[in-house]
Amino acid sequence: MKQDGVDKGRRRILTGAATVVGGVGLAFTVTPFIKYWQPSARALAAGAPVEVDHTKLSEGQLLNVEWRGQPVFVVRRTEDQLAQLEEVRDRLRDPDSEVVEQQPEYARNEHRSRDPEFFVVIGVCTHLGCSPGYFPEVEAQPFDPNWRGGFFCGCHASRFDIAGRVFRGVPAGTNLVVPRYKFTDEDTILIGEDEEGMA
Amino acid sequence: MMKRFLLIAMLALAPLGASSADPKDGLEFSADPYDTDSIRRGAGLFVNYCMGCHSVELLRWNRMAQDLGMEEEDVIENMIFGEQEFHDPMMSSMDPADGEEWFGIEPPDLSLTGRSLGAEWIYKFLNTFYRDDTSDVGVDNLMLGGSSMPHVLSSLQGMPEAVRDDDGNIVDLEVPEHRQGIMSPEEYQQATADITNFLAYAAEPIKAYRMQLGFKVILFLLFMTVIFYALKREYWKDVH
Amino acid sequence: MSYNTEKAQGGLLGWVDARFPLTQMWREHLSEYYAPKNFNFWYFFGSLALLVLVIQIISGIWLTFNFKPTEAEAFTSVEFIMRDTEWGWLIRYIHSTGASAFFVVVYLHMFRGMMYGSYQKPRELIWIFGCLILLVLMAEAFMGYVLPWGQMSYWGAQVIISLFGAIPIIGEPLVVWIMGDFLISEATLGRFFALHVIALPLVLIALVVAHILALHEVGSNNPDGIDIKKHKDENGKPLDGIPFHPYYTVKDLVGVGVFLVFFSVVVFFIPEVGGYFIKYDNFIPADPLTTPEHIPPVWYFAPHYAILMSIPDKLLGVLTMGAAIGVLFLLPWIDRGKVRSIRYRGLGFKIALFAFAAAFIILGYVGTQPVTPMTTIIGRICALVYFGYFVFLWVYTAFDLEKTKPVPERVTS
Repeated sequence: MKQDGVDKGRRRILTGAATVVGGVGLAFTVTPFIKYWQPSARALAAGAPVEVDHTKLSEGQLLNVEWRGQPVFVVRRTEDQLAQLEEVRDRLRDPDSEVVEQQPEYARNEHRSRDPEFFVVIGVCTHLGCSPGYFPEVEAQPFDPNWRGGFFCGCHASRFDIAGRVFRGVPAGTNLVVPRYKFTDEDTILIGEDEEGMA
Repeated sequence: MMKRFLLIAMLALAPLGASSADPKDGLEFSADPYDTDSIRRGAGLFVNYCMGCHSVELLRWNRMAQDLGMEEEDVIENMIFGEQEFHDPMMSSMDPADGEEWFGIEPPDLSLTGRSLGAEWIYKFLNTFYRDDTSDVGVDNLMLGGSSMPHVLSSLQGMPEAVRDDDGNIVDLEVPEHRQGIMSPEEYQQATADITNFLAYAAEPIKAYRMQLGFKVILFLLFMTVIFYALKREYWKDVH
Repeated sequence: MSYNTEKAQGGLLGWVDARFPLTQMWREHLSEYYAPKNFNFWYFFGSLALLVLVIQIISGIWLTFNFKPTEAEAFTSVEFIMRDTEWGWLIRYIHSTGASAFFVVVYLHMFRGMMYGSYQKPRELIWIFGCLILLVLMAEAFMGYVLPWGQMSYWGAQVIISLFGAIPIIGEPLVVWIMGDFLISEATLGRFFALHVIALPLVLIALVVAHILALHEVGSNNPDGIDIKKHKDENGKPLDGIPFHPYYTVKDLVGVGVFLVFFSVVVFFIPEVGGYFIKYDNFIPADPLTTPEHIPPVWYFAPHYAILMSIPDKLLGVLTMGAAIGVLFLLPWIDRGKVRSIRYRGLGFKIALFAFAAAFIILGYVGTQPVTPMTTIIGRICALVYFGYFVFLWVYTAFDLEKTKPVPERVTS
């Protein structure tokens, strides 16, 4: 078998070309197999945004809707409740929502919502995933003698204010998550979708 | 000698040819997955005339809209009746139990009919209804004798009459003057072609895309094989 | 710089090699496995079979993500894959085309063996492993076909499983045992799923490994049928041999490219192949109360099914069909010829092998058609030719009737 040096260069080029072309082919082939893992149309349908008619809510009432298998709280907050937001600031871990992953841009404010009156939040404790209870009354509680209203998680005693902001000294480390949402008209909140698209 | 024999044979056998006329012949059809306009028209016709009884439970409204270039609002306003969401499967509004009661048989789901029976069967089916007073639904059909389905498209086609020969075989179907529909025969054939194209699409929505992708894939593979072959030739210079 | 990286690589590779025979295996089976240099077209199908096995395993695993092996959901889960998942349609068609491609490749691969005497001593065991692979593959394909739970899935299973009922005494209880029920039901679907997805693939992989190890132990045959180890150079390498890598890896890549072109034509343009790869009736959900007019076997079972149909007695038909595959196992001992390759064998052998191939193909056609007097006669004649080949071959070679040509010492091109 002859193997003179003259062929080596050509051999290298062809091997390189074959490797590149074969590699491109392999990449094209692998792509559908990776994309196949993505949620199916059925999952997307089941995880579709949920419409909520908020006109049924009375003042201070909480409505619990399911979105993507999770409880979402829609609360119609009163002026009194909103007034408490300033009062509890110094007891909170992240009063200005500086941890940006926990809410969309439009919820990075004192009331953590687009409209102060309506609070939309995922009702899942950021500690280990239990669903916190709604304790709207401003009165002393066994878990907090200076309770100003908000959410209390019975599993490990984490506390959040009426804007879902987490208190210091509790197991949870971050504020309750606000999902993407928008008002499609005066009466309706669409949970799971905003101007940028679906969550 | 041979020619005379053939001529006589042809003449003798000609009557046989005449009496075997079949209205189903001349109704050849193959679906066109690329004719999106036809499929879109067919979808509209299907929703209006067929979905009262038949579902297409394996096709979602939003998938159909995406493939056929329809706007979400149009589909929701004009096609979806009832509680269904845009992302839901295309279900008939009829309760299957009612169907069983009214027609003696639950109207079948048509999601895969385009593949199991084929486009040509469906096209022929839609074009060979004829009046039959002895039937519960007032009609019979050349593709599915004893069919429990009424001629839902009779407002378009009219009501054909069976034309029989001396032996009682049906040799033609004709729509009489007093039973005309709103469409001409050509228009009706186009309408049934549209519905058939839609059902062929519904049976395999990905078909047009897969064929288009196939061209590119095969072109690439041919190119890749040529490169591989050049590499092989180069190395095999060593051998012999 | 390069010295350092080489040393580092040698270091890592050296570390592995001290603990695992990596470089040794690479040499033994690839870079220093000397194969005859005269492999022709017929020698592509071994590596293609390995490729198809890999394709089936990967596409199969991916399908298992979404396939549901219950009566209520099996059929719709396949359509779910086709419509609602991203690229599921492609993975499904790859798997259905791959199943048929497997048999195309394997039948051609076996025919190569028959032409060039690759089953003759010392390669009998390679051939036996290969026949076992064929048998397991047939079971695997049969069970896979049942899974979509269409009309053909259900009724095809009904027909084939009922064949076991023909066995005397144990037949009926055996059928119930196979089905796990008194009729084909979810019990059957569930076990076929488990066997198809994991049990038989493991067996198949083990057999393929054994098949290749047995091959590498004795070395490959070639179109001239001569032993390349008879003439070695001063380094002990066969004069007519070339290292498998890079020469046959590079050549097999071309084979892969051509194969993928044909494969893609089917996947993207004619995945049903007119009803031969995917039957039209299988787009109708299984209905135990409605028997289809015609229950043809899938094309790759058609020749054997035709042999079964050509015998009027049920038990004898089953035994004959079994014998059609069983006789293959015995080929190394039926053929008593001293010459391996068809190139140097007698005219009688060439005619007989051609007749065998023709009979097999015609039987394949007959097997897919509805039973008529004509198909029955043709089927019977071809079944006789099929078995006749082995009878002829034995007589031809055992009684020294074959007139062979002189076999060269070195390979011809």
